[in-house]
Amino acid sequence: MFPGKPVFLLTDILVFGLVLCIVMFFLYAMRKPHLRQPWQQVVRSRAGVISMIVLSVYVGIALLDSVHFHPVLENQSAASGHVQHSGEVISLFDRMVSGLRESGEKTYSAPFAAYLYAKETVQQDDGTKQRVYPRLAWGASHLEHPETQKTGDVLRLGLKGALKAVVLWGALVLLLGWVLSLRAGRAFRVTLGILFSGRSRIPWRTVVVTLGIVLLVLMTGAEWATKYHVLGTDKVGEDVLYQALKSIRTGVVIGTLTTLLMLPFAVLFGIMAGYFRGWVDDVIQYLYTTLNSIPGVLLIAAAVLMLNVYMSKHAEQFASLTQRADLRLLFLCLILGLTSWTGLCRLLRAETLKLREVDFIQAATAFGVGRVQTIFRHILPNVMHIVLITLVLDFSGLVLAEAVLSYINIGVDPTMNSWGNMINSARLEMAREPVVWWSLAASLFFMFTLVLFANLFADVVRDALDPRLSR
Amino acid sequence: MIAYIIRRVLYAIPILVGVNVITFLLFFVVNTPDDMARMFLGQKHVTQEQVEDWKTERGYHYPLFYNMQEEGADTIRKTIFYNKSLRLFIFDFGRSDSGRDIGFDITQRMWPSLAIAVPQLLIGLLVAITFALLIAFFRATYIDYWAVVICVALMSISSLFYIIGGQYVMGKILRVVPISGFETGLFGIKFLILPVLIGIVGGIGSSTRWYRTIFLEEMNRDYVRTARAKGIAEQVVLFRHVLRNALIPILTGVVVILPLLFMGSLITESFFGIPGLGSYTIDAINRQDFAIVRSMVFLGAFLYIVGLLLTDISYTVVDPRVRLR
Amino acid sequence: MNDRTLLFLQFILVCMLTACDSEPWNNPHAGGEESLNIVYSSFSERPKHLDPVRSYSSNEYQFLAQIYEPPLQYHYLKRPYTLVPLTAEHLPRVRYLDAAGEPVPSWRTDGIAYSEYIVTIKPGIHYQPHPAFAKDEQGRARYLELQREDLKDVHVLSDFVHTGTRELVAEDYVYQIKRIASPFLHSPIAGVMREYIVGFDAFRNQAGERYRDQPDAWHDLRELVFAGLYVDDRYTYRIRIEGKYPQLVFWLAMPFFSPMPWEAEKFYSQPGMDERNISLNWYPVGTGPFMLAENNPNLRMVMEKNPNFHGERYPSEGEPQDRGNGLLADAGKELPLVHKAVYSLEKENIPYWNKFLQGYYDASGVSSDSFDQAIQFGSQGDIQLTDRMREKDIQLETSVTTSILYMGFNMLDPVVGGDSERARLLRRAISIAVDYEEYISIFANGRGIPAQSPLPPGIFGHVEGEAGVNPHVYDWVNGELKRKDIRYARQLMAEAGYEDGFDRASGKQLVLYFDTPGAGPGAKAHFSWLRKQYQKLGIQLVIRATDYNRFQEKMRKGTGQIFQWGWNADYPDPENFFFLLYGPNSKVQHSGENATNYQNPEFDRLFEQMKNIGNGPHRMQVIQEMTRILQRDAPWLWGFHPKAFSLFHSWYRNVKPNLMANNVLKYKRVDGQLRETRRAEWNRPRYWPLIILSGVLLISFVPAVIGFYRRERGTLR
Repeated sequence: MFPGKPVFLLTDILVFGLVLCIVMFFLYAMRKPHLRQPWQQVVRSRAGVISMIVLSVYVGIALLDSVHFHPVLENQSAASGHVQHSGEVISLFDRMVSGLRESGEKTYSAPFAAYLYAKETVQQDDGTKQRVYPRLAWGASHLEHPETQKTGDVLRLGLKGALKAVVLWGALVLLLGWVLSLRAGRAFRVTLGILFSGRSRIPWRTVVVTLGIVLLVLMTGAEWATKYHVLGTDKVGEDVLYQALKSIRTGVVIGTLTTLLMLPFAVLFGIMAGYFRGWVDDVIQYLYTTLNSIPGVLLIAAAVLMLNVYMSKHAEQFASLTQRADLRLLFLCLILGLTSWTGLCRLLRAETLKLREVDFIQAATAFGVGRVQTIFRHILPNVMHIVLITLVLDFSGLVLAEAVLSYINIGVDPTMNSWGNMINSARLEMAREPVVWWSLAASLFFMFTLVLFANLFADVVRDALDPRLSR
Repeated sequence: MIAYIIRRVLYAIPILVGVNVITFLLFFVVNTPDDMARMFLGQKHVTQEQVEDWKTERGYHYPLFYNMQEEGADTIRKTIFYNKSLRLFIFDFGRSDSGRDIGFDITQRMWPSLAIAVPQLLIGLLVAITFALLIAFFRATYIDYWAVVICVALMSISSLFYIIGGQYVMGKILRVVPISGFETGLFGIKFLILPVLIGIVGGIGSSTRWYRTIFLEEMNRDYVRTARAKGIAEQVVLFRHVLRNALIPILTGVVVILPLLFMGSLITESFFGIPGLGSYTIDAINRQDFAIVRSMVFLGAFLYIVGLLLTDISYTVVDPRVRLR
Repeated sequence: MNDRTLLFLQFILVCMLTACDSEPWNNPHAGGEESLNIVYSSFSERPKHLDPVRSYSSNEYQFLAQIYEPPLQYHYLKRPYTLVPLTAEHLPRVRYLDAAGEPVPSWRTDGIAYSEYIVTIKPGIHYQPHPAFAKDEQGRARYLELQREDLKDVHVLSDFVHTGTRELVAEDYVYQIKRIASPFLHSPIAGVMREYIVGFDAFRNQAGERYRDQPDAWHDLRELVFAGLYVDDRYTYRIRIEGKYPQLVFWLAMPFFSPMPWEAEKFYSQPGMDERNISLNWYPVGTGPFMLAENNPNLRMVMEKNPNFHGERYPSEGEPQDRGNGLLADAGKELPLVHKAVYSLEKENIPYWNKFLQGYYDASGVSSDSFDQAIQFGSQGDIQLTDRMREKDIQLETSVTTSILYMGFNMLDPVVGGDSERARLLRRAISIAVDYEEYISIFANGRGIPAQSPLPPGIFGHVEGEAGVNPHVYDWVNGELKRKDIRYARQLMAEAGYEDGFDRASGKQLVLYFDTPGAGPGAKAHFSWLRKQYQKLGIQLVIRATDYNRFQEKMRKGTGQIFQWGWNADYPDPENFFFLLYGPNSKVQHSGENATNYQNPEFDRLFEQMKNIGNGPHRMQVIQEMTRILQRDAPWLWGFHPKAFSLFHSWYRNVKPNLMANNVLKYKRVDGQLRETRRAEWNRPRYWPLIILSGVLLISFVPAVIGFYRRERGTLR
């Protein structure tokens, strides 16, 4: 089924593990009315559905980018008998956008450009030399006279993409209408009316419109990307759009895995401290005050340097660059988790302290229910909302933190695509004249979109799960 | 009260010891003294003999925790841990690996950090409270809705963007302020404008939103409703009652970060070339001058604990119902 | 209203009134000094050592070389680089001795056991004013017997009220050489010098013992005997060398061999000085044209003219074109030509470049990112400044540096290293595949010339044109260098048994490892370019990025495979490059500088021969033979010699790149008047967008205010 030999990176496994957990949680929550209720509230808010749609695009790309394999080599001799695999590791996403990945230029080129951004000495037919802007090897190479044809071609492609988007959107809306009318037992036309009226409990009109916009952006972008460098190319001629898209996985992985990795400690220690009190509480409090009081950046710097040492001392364990980069990413998540678990731990401790005195837990204790059982049956489910809120609230902060850490060279591996690395190399480009703005703009925009909708989503989730904080 | 403070101070000691042990372990696993020596002796013509000499001179030739070749107290005293870590407790930071006195450098570099951080905090606080109050006044209207969205958008922009963009626009295009640099005295004010402004803009989104929730929470309390019911004008309620009461959580939240202002901001300082403690730390990380990094970790931890203590005390000052046990 | 508030209000008022015309708002330097005779420059990293015995990096030399004066210097204008006396009366005299210490007549070439360098310095040279020389009325040293309490009010060196001076004597030079040999001072060249100077090790042990007995005390090195050093009279000293070492004269032009007055060392070693960072490492004491007036490595270093400077005149001869370029306009004038130099700390590239364009720095290099803004190529491929630069009257100087950036193979590695034909073919194939012309054009904007051998232009032994081409990598076509076709490289791979990058024996793809300490911005672009190059041969290149220490360790242990490194000439002699490949200098076995651990007996033999002959046809012949061996074995991809481009403003005069001399500040001249006009012209603030912006902000408050009043009325109703 794979177009090659699968590779399981550690973060891939964890990401899919996380997805599995979330799916299972939702299946479980759907059956419990008290758990379902807040999520219904999320789905009913407009900001909630918009951000869910946008985030699912990001997460989708991240997931596609998390299926890795060694591709089959193309030009191998048939005589060797067995199939040969390339040494490099690519992902399903790479395969899907292989056009972008392999469309390297020599150096900078502007968005939608047909020519390189720097002049080059070219030997003319008559033997003389001239400094000219050479044509790109891939971008707009299908045009004979880009000066006159380009605008028309870009418009035509855009229109084609838009048309595709409209068709797809129409099909999706009809499908949605059909499913909804089946479920509600209404006539199809009535359902469609509700979809566009904006008077339903779930803001279907918002869903439909957002879906339309997202599709439009995706489809036109995809159409353009087949012929042009939509966001230009960077210093060594790599497509910036491709880099920005690849960075999504890094951002999403850091945003989610960090919290996931610290979760067991935070939950266990937080509840234990609150429930057992006494010396357990003292030890745990000591632990987190100590960790908290170390300035985070310094702790991360030290840990990342330590990892570097470890990796170069055990170089043979990390067969490929991808694995090294992946391990560094995972380690960064771990260490970021280490510096951020204390906040959640403190919240959980306080909540548990309160819960401990609540009637039903007092009753459980009186009935002789064991401590472990009390924690898992009664306390844990009642603090879950705090955990979920932290998960979504921390997400955006972590994505932003990655960029800053990469600036000090203690972020993800420098060979890995990430917005931080992009910004880090792009900030030098701001001094160029004419300015190379697209790399910086692309990374900031992609990051901004993710963080913005993550923040909006977090707000909605918090309002839904923690009624005390809602307006 | 005094007994409480003393108890808290005593409690801080094991925490600082913990911090010390953790950083010590981290840094000496990262870099053996040999590495440090080579780093500082430069890259051309270095022999092992020179490395040994360097270690001896800097006191890195001792064993890490326990010196078996010595007797009595010297088993503990003649170790790297004793010499390099425990001395921090009496604020004897020693020399940096490049040979400068760290304590001296810290006292010098503290001031530029403060010159940026203090105005940033004060003006930022003022602006954020003003905005939050305005938004709270228009609660549940479109102004409120969009203001929150704008706040979230501002929060979502990377701080690096603010800095790069600010330097580009203000320094290069408009030529209103120097792009970077630092100077003491009155002449130096123009260097502070841009970093302070950027710091304020960068933080305004999250703080405004946070203060807004505090204001709203306060406005839902009974006494506010009573006041309104009595027919007191909205702005009087807002300014006289809500603002005053909401300032308590806001200010106590500020107290905890007060001591940490000394540490400066890593990114801002290194972008603007401000010779504060933030850029000192970044430089030390990049040059792997671990003596400095260790000192800064210790200082940071110490200041954090001071901040916690100050917060507790400030609670009792503003709210007599809280009693310290 | 107290004085300070008044001052502040005044300041604001002045700012507002003068906003449009006089002092630019964005001036990063203290105001009012523009017209003065000051050079504005920068440093990017705070110097680690300003002690000449330890300092070994160019960013430290930019200060040190202006302050300390070794006996010799390089002529500012003449090329090839020529040594001329600085504090010496003339170039050192050399005499050869046999094993018994008797002079060997000059016509004999054998039987030379020692050589002696005799240096005579000019009388009447005095040190800069410094508290270490301060005397009281009785003529006793004022500050050499201080107690801790005496330093109560001292924070910086200038807090010492009295200063004094002393004449420079030969003893000071000898004292400094003794310091090089002292183990506790960690001189980076101690390892090199112990091979040559007689009695070095004996002195080293002696000094080391003293230090071990009393680590904190000052050690008067004058008391210790150094067998190979002689002070013949007040102004003459002698250095005795084992065998022959003609390269010693070049060392005598480096700051390592500057004079050091013992008073300074004693002064700084007193209790309490170190805690205030008052040490020789931070406060140099020299005889040079400048002295360090302000020492704040976190912000700014200021050098001022040394009032006791012995005087030197601007050179009156140079290369033929120098007169036309105006470089001889100041011939015969008293040096230094500027009174002060302000170096500001500037860590980031962008701010520096922008400030240069705004006229706040006098000179700048050209970073790869600002290249297109500054430089364009003319129709013949010649280098020109862009119109924007010419508008500002900015000038350009270019020169090929005497350095090399190469990619080395670890010769101890079983795959790429060793003397086997297979490995050699592989190395040559890679040499062709890694397209350094492209590298230069992408990463250095064409600022570099592809290297054919280790020797850069300007070093004796470098051959221009067809004769110098590396025949294994390049062809010479139509008078131009042309890299061999990649198909030829693939063919070499096949010959070596790696068809399409697959090892014939195992059937596996060849995986090579590139070790690098770099991980800064732009590293990623660099790595992916490298991978592409190896990909051309079907080789998978794995990049092992690590920190600098780990990289060094790998090099020391020989566990690396492929790496990139560079070398900057210490002195203009081919020996300084070839010794990077000299077998007995290998990094793993002898911890030398031969990082590839290349070892070829024939090459080593020729090296020893080449070292001791003077520049001439014979030496040229030997060098060419050595080059041929290296090109055949290909232990390095020869990489390229970077070109340095420097830009400077029209008011900055007497600029000629000199890659060997560091003490060039004294030759520079500045037209302060011109600078002031230009700065004002270029930096008129544009404040109208700010006014518009605040207007828009204010207007956006209008609905809020309206809403407020409406609501207020609502409440009242």
